[in-house]
Amino acid sequence: MRRAGRGDEDGHGEARSLTPYLLVLPSGLWLLAFLAVPLVLMASLSLQTGNLVDGFQQTFHWQNYTDGLGTYGDKFVRSLWYGLLATAACAALAYPAAYWIAFHGGRAKSTYLFLLLLPYFVSFVLRTISWKLVLTDNGPVLGPLRDHGLLPDGFHVLDTGFAVVSGLTYGFLPFMVLPIYVALERIDPRVVEAARDLYAGRVRAFARIVLPLSLPGVLAGVVMTFVPVAADYVNAEVLGGPRNTMIGNVIQAEYFDNSAYPLASALSFTLMAMLLLGVFAYARALGAGSALEAARR
Amino acid sequence: MTGAPARTGPRVLRVYTLALIAWLVLPIAVMVLFGFNDTRSRQNFRWEGFTLKWYTHLFDKADLTTAVLNSLTIALFSTAISTVLGTLAGLALGRYRFRGRGAATLLLLMAIACPELVMGASLLSMFVTFGLPRGYPTVLAAHVMFSVAFVAVTVRARAAGLDPSVDEAARDLGAGPWTRFRLVTLPMLRPGVAAGALLAFVLSIDDVVITGFTGGATVTFPLWIYGSTRTGTPPQVNVMGTLIFMVGIVIAVVLARRAARRR
Repeated sequence: MRRAGRGDEDGHGEARSLTPYLLVLPSGLWLLAFLAVPLVLMASLSLQTGNLVDGFQQTFHWQNYTDGLGTYGDKFVRSLWYGLLATAACAALAYPAAYWIAFHGGRAKSTYLFLLLLPYFVSFVLRTISWKLVLTDNGPVLGPLRDHGLLPDGFHVLDTGFAVVSGLTYGFLPFMVLPIYVALERIDPRVVEAARDLYAGRVRAFARIVLPLSLPGVLAGVVMTFVPVAADYVNAEVLGGPRNTMIGNVIQAEYFDNSAYPLASALSFTLMAMLLLGVFAYARALGAGSALEAARR
Repeated sequence: MTGAPARTGPRVLRVYTLALIAWLVLPIAVMVLFGFNDTRSRQNFRWEGFTLKWYTHLFDKADLTTAVLNSLTIALFSTAISTVLGTLAGLALGRYRFRGRGAATLLLLMAIACPELVMGASLLSMFVTFGLPRGYPTVLAAHVMFSVAFVAVTVRARAAGLDPSVDEAARDLGAGPWTRFRLVTLPMLRPGVAAGALLAFVLSIDDVVITGFTGGATVTFPLWIYGSTRTGTPPQVNVMGTLIFMVGIVIAVVLARRAARRR
């Protein structure tokens, strides 16, 4: 590895040095070639017409977007709805456990955290299939219940929206646990003690001290969970059956089964725009919320 | 509010946490268990008795073995490439101020925030536009793309916290740029580089979305499993999953022990 000798003599933080450019260049080029350029090409493809046999031509066919929204509007709504439900479930399930480990875990803190992160060691798809096995009609949970007559006739969990949301929640829970735990772990217990000494009740101390201080962790967890959850198609495919498909399944099918590349590209862009706008609006709302909270104090 | 209520809260939370862990572990236990299932059909959903035959016939399905090998080699190559590239970029972003730093950071954030589905779809759009055949090289290129950003961000955090005077001291003592990088900077960056590499490996070996869009006929372990869901997943998959799980746990525990001892 050679470095620009002259540039390096400039030392740290000097604008004239060539070194940082040489260091950034390989990654930058790679990301340009395999991230930025593909996105631009997809934007272009999303406005084209044609088919796989005759080729695609640029016709600035904006209808791809309106067609996509018109045809698959319900799938978009379902994806956002499932994403919201699963993200909320993840946050609600993860917070109490992260709280207990951070404040009461004692010496076994990292062991408990490790146990919560165990699913990370199994492939995501395999975990989803194992979850399907748990939920299947004759599986290890529903099978015995059914044999003992504890389930009503025709009771299913698989092929329902609930199955998909539960799978998404199961699959992405570790994403939520980690940032919330990190935020809670950082809180100095003495701050909570101080609030208690000042006659704040247990609930009040939590609501006014712990919860606001841990909000950045929740925010990070929500963003890290919501985007991949709403764009997921594996859970809907494995657990949801044909009636609970999400927009990810549609995009996949339009690419691979129908070779409708322009429409699929338009759908992908619409999804990205929705998710990024959603995350942005959420971040702003939460930012405004905590500012309000600070002003009230 | 003294005495009993003060102790009830944590105790309830403790039970809750253990229940949550049990829920998370349940499907893993099912995966391990059904690797020992003496099933005769392609459906591995009902317990039919204990057997070890799937362990002795682990490599019977040639395409599954190929898929696992593909996953391993792609993860190794993409980790190696993205760790080198990402470390250099992370060092530049953490240590230097330069024009274009904002743009480079934005590119990294984009790679982290963009939904995998959109990245995969856009890569497919590019390969279609240019008529590029999809296969092993395109998968590798894609994996390096999404890994490099995570490595760079991890290393950047470490590089930003380094004391620049150490490097200056080495220069004053007559060390050239390459010597300083090798003997001073790199050892100090090491925890960041190791964390980034680990992240890159895990992301690559578990990826299904982007690989599905860029793979063509090249199949990895997660893709093979995904493809098998319609016809029935054979028990060998459970066995592979169990073995990977065990190896991962052992590596994690060893790494954690070493980190704890160093502290």
